[in-house]
Amino acid sequence: MKDLTQSLLDTEDEVMLRDAARGFLADASPVSALRANRDAGRAHDPALWAEMAQMGWTGVLIPEDAGGADMGHRAAGILAEEMGRVLAASPYLSTAVIAASVLRQAGPRGTGALQAIAAGEATYALALDEGPKFAPATTALKAERQGNAFRLSGVKAFVADGSTAGRVLLLARTSGMPGDTEGLTLFDIDADRAGLQRQALSTIDSRDHARLVFDGVTATGDDIIGDLDAGLAALRPGVQAGQAALAAELTGLAGGAAAITLGYLKERKQFDRTIGSFQALQHRAAHLWSEIEVTLSAIANAGRVLDATPDDAALAVSLAKARAAQTAKLAVSEAVQMHGGIGMTDAYDIGFFMKRARVGAEWLGDYGHHAAIIAAARGF
Amino acid sequence: MSDATEALAAFRAEISAWIIDNCPAALLGRPMDESAIVWGGRNWTFADDDQRLWLDRAISRGLTAPRWPVEYGGAGLSRAQEKIYREEMARIGAPPPLESFGLWMLGPALLEFGNPAQKAEHLPPITRGEIRWCQGYSEPGAGSDLANVQTRAEDMGDHWLVNGQKIWTSYADKADWIFALVRTDRDAPKHKGISFLLMDMDTPGITTRPIRLISGKSPFCETFFDNVKVPKKNLVGELNRGWDIAKYLLTHEREMIGGGASGLLGGRSIGQILAAQDGNVLADPILRAEAMQAEVDALAFNLTMGRYKDQAEAGRGVGNASAMLKYYGTELNKRRYELLMATAGSDGLEWDGAHGGLAPEWLRTKANSIEGGTSEVMLDIIAKRVLEMPGQ
Repeated sequence: MKDLTQSLLDTEDEVMLRDAARGFLADASPVSALRANRDAGRAHDPALWAEMAQMGWTGVLIPEDAGGADMGHRAAGILAEEMGRVLAASPYLSTAVIAASVLRQAGPRGTGALQAIAAGEATYALALDEGPKFAPATTALKAERQGNAFRLSGVKAFVADGSTAGRVLLLARTSGMPGDTEGLTLFDIDADRAGLQRQALSTIDSRDHARLVFDGVTATGDDIIGDLDAGLAALRPGVQAGQAALAAELTGLAGGAAAITLGYLKERKQFDRTIGSFQALQHRAAHLWSEIEVTLSAIANAGRVLDATPDDAALAVSLAKARAAQTAKLAVSEAVQMHGGIGMTDAYDIGFFMKRARVGAEWLGDYGHHAAIIAAARGF
Repeated sequence: MSDATEALAAFRAEISAWIIDNCPAALLGRPMDESAIVWGGRNWTFADDDQRLWLDRAISRGLTAPRWPVEYGGAGLSRAQEKIYREEMARIGAPPPLESFGLWMLGPALLEFGNPAQKAEHLPPITRGEIRWCQGYSEPGAGSDLANVQTRAEDMGDHWLVNGQKIWTSYADKADWIFALVRTDRDAPKHKGISFLLMDMDTPGITTRPIRLISGKSPFCETFFDNVKVPKKNLVGELNRGWDIAKYLLTHEREMIGGGASGLLGGRSIGQILAAQDGNVLADPILRAEAMQAEVDALAFNLTMGRYKDQAEAGRGVGNASAMLKYYGTELNKRRYELLMATAGSDGLEWDGAHGGLAPEWLRTKANSIEGGTSEVMLDIIAKRVLEMPGQ
């Protein structure tokens, strides 16, 4: 029997995980739950997060001795894909994927935090972007040394889960100039720390994003993850895991939008015919399906590579994110167009897919960012 | 290591040593242009003795048809062994000892649908490169609508009498035998009156005429059948059930054409190739962006080829999804050649210049999305069979 962890096919365990996730999310977090959250002015439902913790999803990337299920990045991607399919909103990416991957590398300091994440008690936000594009090296937010402590001042412009998370992973400049890849340091601080002001943003995807203003927030050496001035290295496992899982979410989103659209094409009648019988629409649906199939391979590959050779995963991760951003864009554009007028209404769900796809395309690096990494890796 | 893994590792060592010992050194790493391909057949002339030697040695080991049963001249390898054999061939840089439509298409069809006598008669000469086959499917009135074939085979009691015309018959002018779709029942619905017939190209009444293409080459022919007498035993499978065989082979062919297009041009990235042509051109922001996009898609497509292959090897068929491989792979290949031409600039415009081979190749790729089912037919198949969208 072939060892399927060497292939891009789902193993038996992965098939079971996917089925279980799909079944659970269909009941617990259909798209209507996102609508209900939005209408209630709530970014996500803490009860859903608690249920995810009970199923071990919060500990998907956390070692068993810290209370996690340690299922690996491919499994984390499968969960993200299923969440994307129904637009389930939760701190999963920020906390269970990004923060867990960072803290896992943080030695004994991280163990307590990992236990809290696995138990569903701690949530995290990654405070990185200061401008409209993902570019960690341009970080300007200052961490000035004051004796044994640091004084943090500056603004993080776009922080996913930033207004609700209990803790913040913060990239700050301890030396050098914006643009330098060195001189950055990663801090892990309580979100309630004095001088940290969190302004919730009203974003198109109805999820929690915030602007974080640091006005002389105090941090100590104990708050540092990894080494002083080596924050990008400490951050890398989290960013790559997050990019891969976000790519999976976007591809699940594309599949979800395509499935709803296909259902509509098979049902809607015009000119006394089911519109899905028109070849013009059939070819577009078939092309979209092809693009999703191809992207699914890049998603599976990124998970496998992160599990097998995490130090050599840059190409695989960027390929997944680049393809996923393009594919999700195509899927939601086609979905709205093929729905016609009803696709433009707020009462119909498909618009939610379009809005989340746009946010996901930007977060953690857009198509151009990742295509450039691929081009460099491929000898352009 | 499990016993199975150990056995495969031993096989890899053994087959690798065999290839190194037997493939003439001069053939290793030689570029696979048209002159390097050995097609075989009654009138075949080898480019050199090394090609002949390599073919003879491969025949003696059954390796011209690695997965076919030993009794028909194959090596009887498992899927896993065949994969290892191909990997080792590629790693060592040994060329395939023999290529042919017999190996790719007729053989698999006979193994699936042929009777014992047909297998015994036709398979061994294919593995030995003695008989070169061509495929007679398309007709002037049966292109995308392949089931509309009108070439007739009438039952004359002791033989079939064949009349009609085929087109786009690859290398018909060089082939020894043809496998063809012929109409054996004109009253049945069009898919149900077709049979699969084998004919010796030397039979009186068969003539061929090469078609000159936009690339300047003539790999395809028109083939005419004028009162051709064919032995009754040459019908494969059941009478009027030839469409089943055609569908089986088309699926096979689509995987092959899509797969052939996916090789990232010999493992090199489009960026590396373009940079090798002219390091400065990639500074052109638009060309560079297009090349980057093509590379992103090619990498993801190659992963998909691997995933589908693994799925087939795991015993779960790929089925109609193979239409996607054909569609995507061929469209990607056309994009890639557009980029190569754009990078070459005026150097790519001469038939015999520094980039002399490029223009014919670029023109040839335009057929990729037509032959073996057009891109539009592939999208039809995906829409109807995979997505189960309603008929007209």
